[in-house]
Amino acid sequence: MSVYFVDKFLYEIDRDPELLERYRTDPQGLVAEWENGQGMLLGIAHTVERTSWLRLTEAERAALETHDYVALFEMGAHFFLNLTIMIALYDEEYAGRLGPLSFQREMAANLAHWIGKDYPSVDV
Amino acid sequence: MATLTAVLASTHHPFYLKATELTPEAERMPQAAEWKRKVEAYRETLTAAQPELLVMVGSDHFHQFFLDNYPTFLIGKQPVYDATYYNEEREFSIPKYTLAGDEDLSGYMFQGLLDRGFDFSISHELKLDHSIICPIITTRPQADLPVVPIYTNIFAPPLPSARRFYELGRAIRSIIDEYPRDIRIAAIGTGHLSLELGGPRQFGEHGPDPEWDLKAIDWLARGDVDAVLEDVTFEKLSQSGNATPGFLDLVLMLGIAGPELAAYVDQLDLFHTREMYVTWYPNGDPREAVRA
Repeated sequence: MSVYFVDKFLYEIDRDPELLERYRTDPQGLVAEWENGQGMLLGIAHTVERTSWLRLTEAERAALETHDYVALFEMGAHFFLNLTIMIALYDEEYAGRLGPLSFQREMAANLAHWIGKDYPSVDV
Repeated sequence: MATLTAVLASTHHPFYLKATELTPEAERMPQAAEWKRKVEAYRETLTAAQPELLVMVGSDHFHQFFLDNYPTFLIGKQPVYDATYYNEEREFSIPKYTLAGDEDLSGYMFQGLLDRGFDFSISHELKLDHSIICPIITTRPQADLPVVPIYTNIFAPPLPSARRFYELGRAIRSIIDEYPRDIRIAAIGTGHLSLELGGPRQFGEHGPDPEWDLKAIDWLARGDVDAVLEDVTFEKLSQSGNATPGFLDLVLMLGIAGPELAAYVDQLDLFHTREMYVTWYPNGDPREAVRA
């Protein structure tokens, strides 16, 4: 279970404007670089100490590489992190084209098959 | 001795400032003027209590704290607090703030909580997020009073029980009541009614569970602790929206107020969520003194 590592990615990219821009333009490159670099630094603030054992699964890596928020929701990525980073990537462009909140409403529609069911747990 | 002059419990809506002031008037949502009126009326309930210090309850939205080390309950003890994170400015246009702290009450509160069986974390470098700044914007926009911030975990399950949140509120109340300093304190806490974020029920025309919202407001208005403790579980809250466990911070505020009728209750059904504004006056309604 490495959803913790997925959440760590979403958290660390969303709070850094430069990484966020790279996640927009080169998600595959950024995910690879992060998974083997910054992601392996201990916790969220260390610059020297490392964690040796964290890895993304293939499915997690693929979901992050394609901004696949439905897959991320379904594997238990935290809903707040998943929403916030996708808003950062897509809200402005959607709002300009289709009006306010259009991205958020499309995201909801793409998750509509979960209405009435217990959502995937975000416990880690 | 300190006097607890008001207890305020409300939802916090990060888009309030943007929707009612930062957006040009012609482009504002239709409810903007009504929303602003209601917020300003709510603000009056705090102003009337003439607070000198604010004990503020909120929750870090994965800004400073993450799953490597997420505190269940935390208090800040600092002379000064910075506020508003880069990604909150980006998403909500919330300005940066610097708020004064009160290290004496923070320290007294921390020790008092430990003595009552609440083993808090403590931070000396806490940066406040919109769970604290939203109520500053709505209830004390001049941001001129020192604050004692208390953070709870309503985000990273598993969470403590509703009873634990309520009892924490009771403990905070008894510590304020015993605080040996002649100062007027207000307690302000925010959370959510039914709310969905990053799920299929997000950003609808109403909150995800409008009926539950009315029930929850009624619990707080009547101070119906028994109903809350019987009905509020993580599972039930989550059925009303994946972010609805944010209601637990309002249960905490009910704990500070105690099982009492609220002096002021208002609400506004907005898109996406319902707003709610509740005030208790534990030591008498200051508005009656003004009217008399």
